Amino acid sequence: MATLPMIPELLRQLFRTPATNAFPAKYLPSSVTEFLAKVGRGEAAIHPPVPVPKDFRGKITYDPTGCTGCSLCAKVCPAHAIEVLKDEKRIRIYVSQCIFCSQCTDICPKGSLAMSDAFLLADENRYADHLIVE
Amino acid sequence: MSDDPQKKMTPYTVPIGPTHPALKEPVMFTFQMNGEQILKADFAPGQTHRGIEWMGMRRNPVQIVHLTDRICGICGVSHSLAFARAMEQIMEIEVPERADYVRTIIAEFERIQSHLLWAGVAAHELGFDTLLHLTWRVREQAMDTIELLTGNRVNYGIIQVGGVRRDFTPDQFPAIEETLQYYSDLKSKLLKIFLEDKTIQMRCRDCGVLSYDDALKLCTVGPTARASGLNMDVRVDYPFAAYGDLAIEPILPDAYMGETRGDVFDRIVVRLLEVDQSVDIIRQCLDRMPAGEVIAEPKLAKLLNQFKKAHGEALGRHEAPRGEVLHYVRMDGKEHPTSWKVKASSYSNLMSWIPMLEGEQIADIPIIVASIDPCLSCTDRVAVVRSGERGIMTKEELHRLSVEKTRRLSA
Repeated sequence: MATLPMIPELLRQLFRTPATNAFPAKYLPSSVTEFLAKVGRGEAAIHPPVPVPKDFRGKITYDPTGCTGCSLCAKVCPAHAIEVLKDEKRIRIYVSQCIFCSQCTDICPKGSLAMSDAFLLADENRYADHLIVE
Repeated sequence: MSDDPQKKMTPYTVPIGPTHPALKEPVMFTFQMNGEQILKADFAPGQTHRGIEWMGMRRNPVQIVHLTDRICGICGVSHSLAFARAMEQIMEIEVPERADYVRTIIAEFERIQSHLLWAGVAAHELGFDTLLHLTWRVREQAMDTIELLTGNRVNYGIIQVGGVRRDFTPDQFPAIEETLQYYSDLKSKLLKIFLEDKTIQMRCRDCGVLSYDDALKLCTVGPTARASGLNMDVRVDYPFAAYGDLAIEPILPDAYMGETRGDVFDRIVVRLLEVDQSVDIIRQCLDRMPAGEVIAEPKLAKLLNQFKKAHGEALGRHEAPRGEVLHYVRMDGKEHPTSWKVKASSYSNLMSWIPMLEGEQIADIPIIVASIDPCLSCTDRVAVVRSGERGIMTKEELHRLSVEKTRRLSA
């Protein structure tokens, strides 16, 4: 028998909280910088960001102190995002190229590489300072 | 309308595509129409060739595994699994049993989210956007679980040649169980909303029919084939990973509806029932999951050395949500493969559009095209180049032509 079973579901939905994550502010403020300044002074509150799960693969971090420049990381990088600086025995990572597979962190014999929680990486310039890790 | 009796009125041609709001991915359709009715249909894929195989043949298999994640946006694990299985056969690596179970569980979670995504798209193509939002809301539960298990929502990056890169930790099992319970509870509701709805029945019953014979002749795979009554499923026919240990039956529409018509409605039935089947498969896996290692060779540097000794060719297959994917790899003692061929499941299914579309109406094109769950950017492996010309104008070439015309006129 053909009916319209979606109707009761829709009516129920009216009294439920939205399933989507909340925006930082409920309504778009007239000035974002002013709003953020207010948040800084503690006069306004923002919805906290949604937590990422444990072992999330975010922006890569690099600790050059132990690095020997063995270039194993560059060898397994599928996106060719790692440049080996041979003379300095260091590496440089272009985050705009990185595909967040975390393979370099697995292979690094010195444990110099790790994945952080950061995922808000959008920028107009793909060679911006925060998108080059060295 | 012209009164000229010489002018031929029918059939007239309606082109749809390559990019069109009703198509989710670029493909060029040409329809010969008589009024609203489609007399003949033709299509030309090949608008989204990305040269992935070319990239792969310049990389070593450890890199390719992550490239295969990105062949398809939805089948994040299917291509990786097929490729890894091909490599494991060449190198004669025995995958640890626990890794097989982890692979199976992730693959089935992927099937859940892919089928729900498709169900939402199908509802959207029918103009039923309320249902699109409902299905995509419930899909998030599977996405969140995948993110918890693998570290990412879409490009999981969990498969490695010889096993998987992450094992499940004990604290993840309650979350998996919660998701399975969520979808078990949802089953009757989803089936009711989709299959008892008047609009869906009106639009999908006896629409886009693919007969058993056509499905067989055109070598369709996956849910498209099963909806036409073909009893085929790579998981059952050629068991791999942990599927050989599990009790699985291919889902056919007559088991639920009592008959097989091979129409769009049957394809909805098959996919919705497969969501529940995947829940059952994951439950079976969790019950039987052995302890132990999850990767044959945990040291990546050693694995890289083994590639240099690998000789031979192999086929890796997997039943992706859309049907069988197939990877052919040949290794000739170099770090990178000599040959790598990817056959995505949509490649086998695209030809079934022709018998489905002929005789239907213009308004049915979006839902029929969507009903095989086409994945065109996964399928495109070829770009036709004739005598150096691709037949595609870039922005620069158009600009040059424009400048030349101005000069010609002013000369």
